[in-house]
Order: sequence, then C-alpha cells, then structure tokens
Amino acid sequence: MSGGNSTALGHARYVIGENPVTAFAFGVFVLIVIAAILGPALIPYDPLASNTSRALQAPSAQHWFGTDQLGRDIFSRVIVATRLDLTIAVASVALVFVLGGLSGIAAGFFGGWVERIVMRIADTIMAFPLFVLAMGIVAALGNSVTNIVIATAIVNFPLYARVARAEANIRREAGFVEAARLSGNSDASIVLFQILPNVFPILVVQMSLTMGYAILNAAGLSFIGLGVRPPTPEWGIMVAEGAAFMISGEWWIAFFPGLALMLAVFCFNLLGDGLRDIVDPRRRT
Amino acid sequence: MAAPALLVEDVSVEFRTRAGTVKALDRVSFHVAKGETIAVVGESGSGKSVTAYAVMGILDPAARVTSGRAVLGGLDLLKADRHTLAGVRGREIAMIFQNPRTALNPIRRVGDQIADVLLRHANVAPSTAPTKAVELLETVGITDPARRAKAYPFELSGGMCQRVMIAIALAASPSLLIADEPTTGLDVTTQAIIMDIIAERAQARGMATIFITHDLGLAAERADRIVVMNAGHVIEAQPTRELFANPRHPYTTALIAATPGPSSRLSDLRTIAGGPPDLRAAQLPACRYSARCPRRLDDCAAPLPRIDAAKTHALACHNPLPTKYAA
Amino acid sequence: MKPEPLLDVAEISKRYVLKPQGSPVTRLIRRLKKGPEAAPRLHAVDDVSFTIGRGETVGLVGESGCGKSTLVRLVARLIDANDGSIRLAGRELTDRSAGRFATEPERVKIQMVFQDAGESINPRFSAFEAIADPLRHLRGLKGDALRTKVAETAKRCGLPQELLTRFSHQLSGGQRARVGIARAIAVEPELLILDEPTAALDVSVQVVILQLLEALKRDLGMSYLFVSHDLNVVRLLCDRVLVMYLGKIVESGPAEAVFAHPRHPYTKALIAALPDANRPASERIRLSGEIASPVDPDPNTCRFVGRCPRAEAKCRQAMPRLEANSSGQAAACHFALPGKS
Repeated sequence: MSGGNSTALGHARYVIGENPVTAFAFGVFVLIVIAAILGPALIPYDPLASNTSRALQAPSAQHWFGTDQLGRDIFSRVIVATRLDLTIAVASVALVFVLGGLSGIAAGFFGGWVERIVMRIADTIMAFPLFVLAMGIVAALGNSVTNIVIATAIVNFPLYARVARAEANIRREAGFVEAARLSGNSDASIVLFQILPNVFPILVVQMSLTMGYAILNAAGLSFIGLGVRPPTPEWGIMVAEGAAFMISGEWWIAFFPGLALMLAVFCFNLLGDGLRDIVDPRRRT
Repeated sequence: MAAPALLVEDVSVEFRTRAGTVKALDRVSFHVAKGETIAVVGESGSGKSVTAYAVMGILDPAARVTSGRAVLGGLDLLKADRHTLAGVRGREIAMIFQNPRTALNPIRRVGDQIADVLLRHANVAPSTAPTKAVELLETVGITDPARRAKAYPFELSGGMCQRVMIAIALAASPSLLIADEPTTGLDVTTQAIIMDIIAERAQARGMATIFITHDLGLAAERADRIVVMNAGHVIEAQPTRELFANPRHPYTTALIAATPGPSSRLSDLRTIAGGPPDLRAAQLPACRYSARCPRRLDDCAAPLPRIDAAKTHALACHNPLPTKYAA
Repeated sequence: MKPEPLLDVAEISKRYVLKPQGSPVTRLIRRLKKGPEAAPRLHAVDDVSFTIGRGETVGLVGESGCGKSTLVRLVARLIDANDGSIRLAGRELTDRSAGRFATEPERVKIQMVFQDAGESINPRFSAFEAIADPLRHLRGLKGDALRTKVAETAKRCGLPQELLTRFSHQLSGGQRARVGIARAIAVEPELLILDEPTAALDVSVQVVILQLLEALKRDLGMSYLFVSHDLNVVRLLCDRVLVMYLGKIVESGPAEAVFAHPRHPYTKALIAALPDANRPASERIRLSGEIASPVDPDPNTCRFVGRCPRAEAKCRQAMPRLEANSSGQAAACHFALPGKS
C-alpha cells in the first residue's frame, strides 16, 4: 500500500490532484478565505465612505467594479462582504451540525422517546416551506446576523437529524460498539467517540452544501429587507440595492456582488463532491 | 482422450486499480472432463474465484483478460460476444455463489426465479414452467415445495436459499456447474446435505462440476481431482488420492500441513512463512511462491514449465518434492 | 476438593418477547375467541449451566440459531439474562444491569475477541487507538505508560510496531485478527471469550493465530471460552467442550471423549457431517427434517425431536436432563450412548 494514500492528507492530496474540478473548487475556496481574512486590510477604498460626486460610475481603472448610487467603491464592498457572508455560512453550518447532528445521533443510537421527540421536531419543521419559515423566524426574532444564522440552522435541522439518525442506527449494533462496551465505554462515550467520528464525514459533505445554501438564504432574506441592514456590505443586500438600477443601465451594482455569490455557492457545491471522495473510507484504495 | 467439458488454457487476467495493475491470474491452465468433479483449491488472493468469473464472463469492468482461452463445447467463452454468452450461460454452464441471499433476487418469489431459467433456456412452455419449478425444488430436498415456491428469499433459511440457487443453476441441465464456495457460511450439517445434493444431481445428469474452495478437507471428500492455485498460478493438479499421498509442490505440502484434521494436534500444524506477494508489483518473480518457499533454489528465478491443460497432472515447480512412484 | 471454578454459570435463560402474529384484526378476533394470550417468547438460551476452571479452555459448538451468540453475550455481560446467575471468582455478576456493567470493576476481567475483526474495530481508529481504548478506560493508563503498554501488547501478539498507525481497512485479515486479540488481552483479563476468531482467516494464518492464542493463555494465565462451528479447530485447543442445540446444552465433557465417543445423537450427526475423505458413505448420517421452533417450545418435548433419528414416545413426554457418566461426559438424551468408558 503506497504510503501516500494511507494518511488523510495524502489521500486528500490524491483526490485533489486527480480531479481538476475539485482542484478548481479548492482553489476558489482558498481565495475566498483569503479575501475574508485579509481583504478588509487590503482594499483600496473605505466600503462605507460615500462620495456622491463619484456615484454610478462604470467599472474603470480606479474603481474595478464601479461605484454605487452613494459613490461607494463596489469592489471594496464586495471584498469586505466576503467576511460577513463566510461567517454567516460557517456559523450556520456549525450550529446545525451541533444541533441536528448530535440530536440525530442520539435519536439513532438510543431510540425510544429520544428518537420520537427528535423526529417529531424534524417533521414539524419540514411541514413549512423552508424559506417562509426562515422569514418568519427572522421577522419574529429581529433583523440581525445572529438571527439569520439561527434561522438557517433551524431550517436545515431536519436534514441533518435524519441523516445522522440513519447513520447512527446502522452502527448501533456494530461490532466495534460492542467492543467499546467491553472496553469500558459508557453510552455517552460511545456516542461521542465511536459513533460521531463515523457519522461526521457523511455530514461534512452535507455541510459544504449547506454553506452555499446559507449564503443564498442570507442573501435572499437581505433582498426582501429581513436580513442585514444597510449600510453593512453584504452580497445579498448589494444585489437588492442594485436591482433597481439594472433597468437604468447601471448593471455593475448588482452584477458583481451577484457574481461573488454565484462563485461562492458554486465553489462550495463542487467542494462537497470532492469532500465526499476524500472522506468516504470505502473509496480509499 | 475425449474432449473435456471445459478447457482453460493460459488464461491471464489483470485488474486496473488506482494503486496499480493487479496481475490476478498468470497463464492458468486446467481442464474438467465430462462428468468429472474437480476442486480448485487456494487461499484468499489465489485467483480461484477470478478464474471462475473469467470463465463465466462476469468479471469486474476493471478487469482485462490478457491471454488464453476457455473452451466449452467448442466455443471460446473468453472471445464470445455478449449475445452468444447469454445463450450459453444457464443452459450449458451454470454457477452458484457463496452467499445465496445476495445471488437471489429479493423481490421475486423463488418459484418464479426458477421458472425464468426454464422459460429462457429449457424450452419449457409458460403454462408448465411453474409446475416444473416445484418439481425442481423437490429434487433439491425442499419439503412442501409447492408452498415454498411462493416464498421470497428472505423467508427462507440460508440452507434453503442455497438449495434454491442449486435448483436455478440446474434447471436447464447444464453440462458444467461451477460452485464458488457454495457452503462457506452454512452449518456443517447443512453443508453435508448441500454437497450431497450437488453430487447426486451431477451423477444423475453426467454433469461436470468445479468446486472452488479454500477447504482442503471438503475438496478431499468430494473431488475426483484437485487443482491447487497460489497467487494467480496453478501450481499443482493431481487426482485426489495421489495429491494427498504424494504432494509434489512445496505449497501443497504446506497447505496440507496447515489444515487441521480429525487427529491433528496444534503442535503438528505448520504455518507458511511470509505472506502472499503484492500482485501489483511491476516485476513479479517467475514463481510467485519462491519468496516463501523453503526449497527455493537459484534455478527458481527461471520461468516455470508450461502446464499442459489437457493432462490430469500438472506441476509448476523447479524443485518439487520427489515422486513416490516409479517414473 | 475441587478448586472453585473461575466462571460458574447456573440456570441462565434469555427469552425475547416477540410481536404477536397477525394483523390487529386477526389478533382481536383471536382474543375474543380464546381470551387474552401471552406474547410469544423466543427462548434463545434455556436453563444453561456450566463452569470454566482457571486456565481451562472450554469449547462451545453448535449451529446457527442454537443460541451460542446469545450465551456468549450473556457471559460477557453485554446483555441481561431473564433468570439464572453468573459468578466470576465467586462474585455474582447479574446483580447489576448490562448497561451499568461497563463502568464496574469486573468489566476488565472478561473480554472478548470477535469473529470479524474488521467489523469490531472502529473504522476511524488506528490500530494503536483500538488497543489503547480499553487500557484508557479500564486500566486508567495515559501518556507514556499507555504507549509503552500498547507497544508491549502489540509485540506480544506479533504485530509489527509500524502497523500500529494503520487503519483496519489497511491491514490484512491476519493482522486485523492480531489487533482484535491485542485489544482484548491488553488489559489482562481472567476470562477471554473467543467468538469464532479464525473463521474468516486462511488456514495458514489460522495456524499462527491459534498458536498465538495458546501461548497467550499460558503466559497470561487466562481461561478461554472458545466458540466455533469448526469442530476440528475446537479439537485443537479445547480441554472440554459444550454442544448447544436450540438454546440448551445437549452434551458436555472432555473434548477427546466427546469427539471420539459422542453420547448425544446430535453430536454424533455433527461429527459425521465433517468432511472426511476416508469415511465410507455408509457411515454418513444426514439430519433430515425441520429444526424445531425456539418460540414457546414445549417444555416437555426434547428440542431435537423432528430431526433425531431415534425419537420415540418418551422424547415427547419429558425433557431429558444433562446426566454425566462416570468419566464426566454428560448428555441430555433419554437414549444417550454410553460414551467413553
């Protein structure tokens, strides 16, 4: 067995090397993360500084993405928004993984009333059209980034809970669970250290897809005024503000944030495919 | 000598995998005479199942047959097109597998599955097929066959599923049956009954049988001749009694010495040093057993003598154990 | 006076409650006609008693559905029994539930090697982590002490150190078996249960593993409960053997005696079914008929009726009890053969 494949990193390198699409997605992802971390320090203009004398200028050498109706540099705003949107995506996914993933595992492993309660909660959430539910949650709790994250997590809860429960259920009678009991593991220890590491890779694929969804969700909510408030730069709100100007020909105000959105979601989806290849132990060797 | 039921000659198979090309079979040669029962014996990785799958034409898509032929009734199975193969499989040559549950269609009644073969290969009219299917179930020893024919595989025990699989395989009276570990996983009492059924059906129809097994004891009891495989090679073939009385290849001796019998003691058993070779290696030695062989000589790096598939005896060794019989 | 046995299992039973047959409507009709009925119970293990002495290897043979997996899990305290007692070195084990047993001090004394070593190792754990897990929980080892003990155990089991970082799918069948054994013996248990440990291995590997098990038993002073369907393997390692059929022990005694002179017709059939090239066809015994149902069996009918070549009227009137002859070979049959004299 060649040493390069036996480690997780080696395997990851192999998959990325083999599949150009995954390599591309990974490259874009790295760019997004760099933009989020370093972007605000490197942008040419203050994203909030309005200068009406320079309003509605088309893309040029000074303003790569042009300026919006208040004269703010769109390029700077798009880069700064990366941090916010990525934060929303990551936070939503982390929250839903903890809530949905852990409840699902508990439901699948313990069965009984734990399973019944978790599944009924999931069923209740699934009874609503998901975006409407997200709207309702944000409207009830108030417009803020935190509430967008909470709403996204709640809306995705059933998917994670069901997947986690199915995977935990399969493994609950597995030989290694019995061996763990013989080794002195309590039930809680089995759930956290034996079952969770096996369920996590399956959820990770879902998590990268949820990241794309979370950004779109935040964008959608901002678009209808329920998300982030102006003047905070966020891709969705920028698209919303720029939409009105499409008709009058200032296409760049909505286009560039929309492009960034599309690129990010596309990247996360492709990454999900690649991640599945990396983490699925059956596809190794 | 009359034409054999199946002649496998110089068959080599490769698998393309991510980790390299696995040379699973290297010039495998043997034959089965009409009405004969042979056992192909080997440990895991020896290539015995791959040989059977190659003959049946059901190899993994990543596999390539790089040489050789497998002649059944004048037809080279390895070169036949899909259409011809579909006509031959089930009618002239049939196979039963290790796990009967996965080989049966879980959503169809067992009687229907037998009837399928009758309709396709045995020229039985659709109106009479169900009755004949029930008769076949009876010949494989299933009690209350009319009721069982309506059952689904999950309603039957492992032993019963295996009998159904035998019934399906024998429905069109093939001239050759390949049984790939047919009783591994079954209880020993059920195993005995299943082997009896196969032997009895084979004798009644003059059918040739190839048992693929890792169980030397089973081979000893049931086979007229034994073909021993190791790491993709046929290393020895002899009639059963002769093989045990006078094994010539060091691996055969080692295998016999490692198999517990009714009067073995733990201290009597011998292990085989080393492990099976990595079949992905770019340069495999001519004799794939030489690395582990206590009788290895310098000569053993030379290519092995070619095996004549049509002979009853075969030996692929430069330094075999001496024969106990006069030359 | 005989020394106290290490393991004393007395009248242990395990019954599973099944869902009643039929649709709700048919059940209602039945209830109206015949009155309320008790839920059917599957008698997986029925009134089983045996002992294992210190340093003894006891074999447990029987076919699928005989209850040996259930019995083994009862002894390992992975599941709870309905009746009976299990005593280890005099201490009663059934007074606590299986769920709580994981954190009891006796947990470390009974360990198990599984049939499918690959299945019994967490696919996300390396060999090192698999062996370290029981040491952490049951012996409280950490850091360097843990690493030393794992390395020492691996060495004892013939597992090269460089393989400790590998995952189970990267190991060969024999190597996985060694990891499974290393994990079980690392904590130095008193009783080791081996559930078909070599069933999935090639014969050449099986020899090595069996020899390893024999050496470990001597060096660590363990007792073994060795479950196998392969009688030839049982014959190699076991001092005494128990034969199970449909939840009951039908024969027990010294291994040599039981194999050479079986007393119970089922044992006889089992031995006769072993492939033997030298046995003439006339001596072959074949069990025909259907295996009896373990659901609510008649307590007065021998479980082997229906397949027994010797069944007579008496066999349906009274359940035969295990009775030993003068050399300690016991059989539960009204017409048991004399056995080894």
